[in-house]
Parts: sequence; structure tokens; C-alpha cells
Amino acid sequence: MRLYNPPSPLETKVVSKRFGMENSWKLDTYLATGGFEGFKKAMAMSCDEVINEVKASSLRGRGGAGFPTGMKWGFVPRNTDAPKYVVVNADESEPGTCKDRLLMEHDPYLLIEGILIAAKAVGASKGWIYIRGEYRYLVDHIDAVLKEAYQRGYMGKNIAGTGFDFDLYTQIGAGAYECGEESALLESLEGKRGVPRIRPPFPAVSGAFQAPTVLNNVETFCAVPDILRNGGKWFADLGTPKNGGTRMVCLAGHVNKPGVYEVPLGMNMMYFINEIGGGMRGGKKMKALIPGGSSCPLLTADECDIAMDYDSMAKAGTMLGSGGMMVMDEDTDMVKVALRIMRFYKHESCGWCIPCREGTTWLQKMLARIVDGNGATRDIDLIGDLAKNMLGRTFCPLGDAAAMPTISIVEKFRPEFEAYVAKNPFASSELVQVA
Amino acid sequence: MTFSPGLEARFADLLTHYPEGRHRGALIPMLMYAQDEVGAITPDLMAELAARLGISVLQVDEVVGYYSMLHKKPQGKYHVQICTNVACMLLGGAELYEQACTRLGVGHKQTQASGRFSLEEVECIGACSWAPAIQVNYDFHHDVTPAKLDEILDGLQ
Ligand SMILES: Cc1cc2nc3c(=O)[nH]c(=O)nc-3n(C[C@H](O)[C@H](O)[C@H](O)COP(=O)(O)O)c2cc1C
Ligand code: FES
Repeated sequence: MRLYNPPSPLETKVVSKRFGMENSWKLDTYLATGGFEGFKKAMAMSCDEVINEVKASSLRGRGGAGFPTGMKWGFVPRNTDAPKYVVVNADESEPGTCKDRLLMEHDPYLLIEGILIAAKAVGASKGWIYIRGEYRYLVDHIDAVLKEAYQRGYMGKNIAGTGFDFDLYTQIGAGAYECGEESALLESLEGKRGVPRIRPPFPAVSGAFQAPTVLNNVETFCAVPDILRNGGKWFADLGTPKNGGTRMVCLAGHVNKPGVYEVPLGMNMMYFINEIGGGMRGGKKMKALIPGGSSCPLLTADECDIAMDYDSMAKAGTMLGSGGMMVMDEDTDMVKVALRIMRFYKHESCGWCIPCREGTTWLQKMLARIVDGNGATRDIDLIGDLAKNMLGRTFCPLGDAAAMPTISIVEKFRPEFEAYVAKNPFASSELVQVA
Repeated sequence: MTFSPGLEARFADLLTHYPEGRHRGALIPMLMYAQDEVGAITPDLMAELAARLGISVLQVDEVVGYYSMLHKKPQGKYHVQICTNVACMLLGGAELYEQACTRLGVGHKQTQASGRFSLEEVECIGACSWAPAIQVNYDFHHDVTPAKLDEILDGLQ
């Protein structure tokens, strides 16, 4: 299968190791390269042993929030005969992110094996891969792979002769960023508008169709087979303490070699950009970057000499997020970046709660006013204040996702906003309209 | 309302995917697959799916109104979707969108009178590392340049 960008020799390939192999998506290729060994090991273990192995790996969710995966699986209640489910978040719509697509395209059996191990760990009987509608070709691709899996005894009854039963389906989305948020995704899976649910209860207790549900990102599931095969410690040792393993980073923007690369957690960010990403395009200087999808606070070039792991990023005031890294050179207009980001969140706000629906609308209006040359000095403060007032006050984290990059851009690039406003002769007039 | 045998088979299979009594889960996939065949979410289609799933037309309608890929009006034979979100914007996505507007003579969510092309400015389509990116119907095109955009559109005449 065709690769969209050449790999780098500096990558550490765990989930992407089959990328570029001939027929990488076929069962025979998968079986010939260690496939289902992790599943078979898991089948010989108790549920607790499987969960403990995942805990030992320090695997953290690759969808955005970085929650420890083993701990999440441990929240699923044990002593119940009620059905339990596994749901895969393949909505991949956080701007900057394009890795789950590659995993499903090149190595769908890796995802399938990870799902089966999760199912074994919690006793689930059914699962869905919720794929964004724009990835229609992947729905057809995974459907074909699942057909092969059923025919060859790797899905359905008595999987691979182990006595374990599980059914897996694709579920196509229809275009809504909010459906990547786990509780909105579950509403959508039930055939409804994708609006978030109040939590608790969390999906582990009441998820798909109100049953206990394990819900993880595609890449999170893809890491699991090798954790079982090689041991949790092996995976943990690839990364830094509490930040196990490798992760896919989607490098985009003004660099010489944009692409999706798999690197160990804890790699230095500037090393990644310069050695794997080939440095800045056209000899330009770097101004800023978005480290892990547009929901993350931006970093200035000076702040990027840090380790790419969840904890180091949090210390730097931002997040590793979904792995969507967008690099901006010295010529980038940060006010326009802020406006484009807000246009996205305003468009995607589901409208369910007022701070998010109204907050994103007003922020977009104010940012547009500045870009259009009609901004007032007090708008700059108002943007920062309004965004800060959204933090933590919305039903789901979409409101935070809109506020966080905005706050960081206003704080770190205030002179650019002031330069726009300075061109407006009425900038300090009390009469400048507010709406 | 009748559908092709292929679509009927897909529906029948879909309805087996959900827990007992929860087949409403099939609504969004059914809408997506039916839209591909019918060309739009028509009132007839909504009534048909509502009847099949045992829910009201209003319940179908409120779902249709929520999702950006479900549309009540037919789109062009070639629906050109140009991403202008950040990664694409940094590398010329907005300029590609302007170029497409001029060349096709239509704007956002508009369709040519001939019905050949429709245009939409879209949010991130998951091709950021190969930006700027566009989709024509369900096909992705990566690393699009102004010349490549012309070439793609020429190929669809
Ligand atoms: C607005 C919003 C959009 C999200 N979109 C995605 C997404 O597209 N894919 C994803 O895996 N997680 C997304 N998430 C995170 C999910 O809610 C959830 O935390 C994640 O899927 C859990 O899996 P993980 O623990 O494996 O990361 C989103 C969250 C929010 C608030
Ligand atoms: S920003 Fe255009 S594809 Fe992601």
C-alpha cells in the first residue's frame, strides 16, 4: 500500500512497523509477522493480568487527554452479567491529526487484535469502530477486512480456536467534530444528534446503549498487541516514566518534510522538527507551533526545546494532545491563525450549552473585527477574558478546546493584535461598536 | 420507496449490528448510504427510514440537521471540498478555495446550474501532513498546488 510520506530512519516503529509492507492489511501478512500472538497470550491470562500488563506499560490514551489506559479498563465493573462493549474512536477530526487513518489503512488487523484484547480484559461481546464520514474509503476497507476475519475464524465465534466470541462492526459518522468527544460519539452511535452526556456516569460504567463500555482511540488499541506480546515493561521502557511507548506525530506546516512519524515519548521536540522533519522550509525562522491538535495552547519557538511526553508538555502549559503538530514560520499572521481556529470551533460547537455556543460565536466576531481593521484596543483584553471565562464552564471540553489556543495566542502574540488595532483610527473610541 | 438490492442488503446487515431493540443505531449509517444512492436526503427518504426504524420523521429530521455531510439538496456530480483549516491554510488552502470559486463560478455550498460541480469549504479532513488537501466526492487529493487543482478539475469535465 502506498505511503503518503517516506519514513525516517530515526523513527521507532511499533504501531507503524507494517507500513509499506506488501499487502500489509491482509491476514496472512499479519500472521506471518507476529500477528495475534498478543491475543493468544491474553487468552491464557486472567482479566486482571491483562489489565495489569497494560497498566505496567504506562500506555496513555492517544486520542487527546492522555488518560492511563489500563486504569480506564479497570473501571469497567466486573460482577455483572450485563453485556459490555468496546467502542473505537476513529472520528479523527481534531485539526492537525491524520494518523488513525494510516493505522486503519495499513494495519487494520493490529487494531482488530487490540480490540479483541480489550474485549477479553473486560469481558465485552461486541464492538464498533466509529469512523468519520469523510473516511468513507476506510469504512469500505475495514468492512472488507472484517469479512476476511470472519471467514478465516478471526472474528465471530471461537476466535482463532480460543473459545472466545466477539462481533465487530464499522459505524460511519456523518460529519461532526463533536462526535469525537466520547459521550457525543455514543449518542451518535445510538442514532441521535451528537451532543455530550453529563458525566458521571463515565462510559466505563454506562456507555454504548447504557452498557459498560471501553472507549479508546485507534492508536491506543493499536499499541496493545505488542504490549501483550513483549510485556508491559518493554513498552514502558521505550518512553519516559509514566509515559510509555511510542506515538504517532503528524507533522505539518512550514517544515521541509511534513509527514506522520512514530517516535518514542520523550523525544526532544526541536530534535524531532529538525532531524526528522528536515527543519524549516526555505531557511525561514520558526515563530510558533501547535503541539497536538488545534485544541492545545501554542508554543513559541523559544519554548520548544522540551521533551514530547504528556508530563513535560503539561509543565510547559500545553498538551501532547492528539499528535497533530503544526509548525509556523516567521511570516505567519498569528491573528489570522487565531481567527481560523475560532471559526472551526464556532462551526463545530454542537450548541447544547450556552458558554460554548455563545462564547465561540462572540470570539469569532471579535477576532474577525480585528482582522477586518475595525478592532478596538479593549477587544484584545475582552477576547482573553471571554475565553478564560469559558474554561471549565462547558458541558464537554469543546469549550476549553476553543478557549485554550485563543488565550495562548493573545498572551504570546499580543503585539500582533495591537498592530492590527493601531491601524484603526477609532481604536480607542468608546463609540466603537461592540457587536 | 425502493432501493437497489445492494443497499437493501447493506440495510439488512446493519440492522443486525445493534443490541435488541436498539436498531435506531443504524439511522446515521442508513442516511449516509442512502444519500449516496438517492443523491440527497429527500422528504420521502426521511419518511421511509423513520418507518423502518419505528421513529418519527421529526426524529430523523433533527439528526439530518445536525450532521454536516447530510444534505437535503442534491450536490453536483463532483462535490469539490477544499480544506482551509490551519495546516492547509499555512500552505495555501485558502488560495486554492478562491481559485476554485473563480474557476467553477460558485461559492460555498453552491452547485453549478449544469449540476456538474458543487463546492464546499471544509474543516480539517485528516490529511494535514500532506496539506493542502482536498476531497472530490470521497476521493482524497494531497499536496495540491494551484496547477494540480486545475489538472484535477480538468480531468472531471
Ligand atoms: C471536542 C472533542 C473532540 C474529540 N475528538 C476526538 C477524536 O476525533 N478522536 C479521538 O480519539 N478522541 C477525541 N476526543 C477525545 C475523546 O473524548 C476521548 O477522550 C478519547 O477518545 C479516549 O480515548 P483514549 O483514552 O484512547 O485517548 C475528543 C474530545 C473532545 C472534547
Ligand atoms: S487542516 Fe486541512 S486536512 Fe487537516
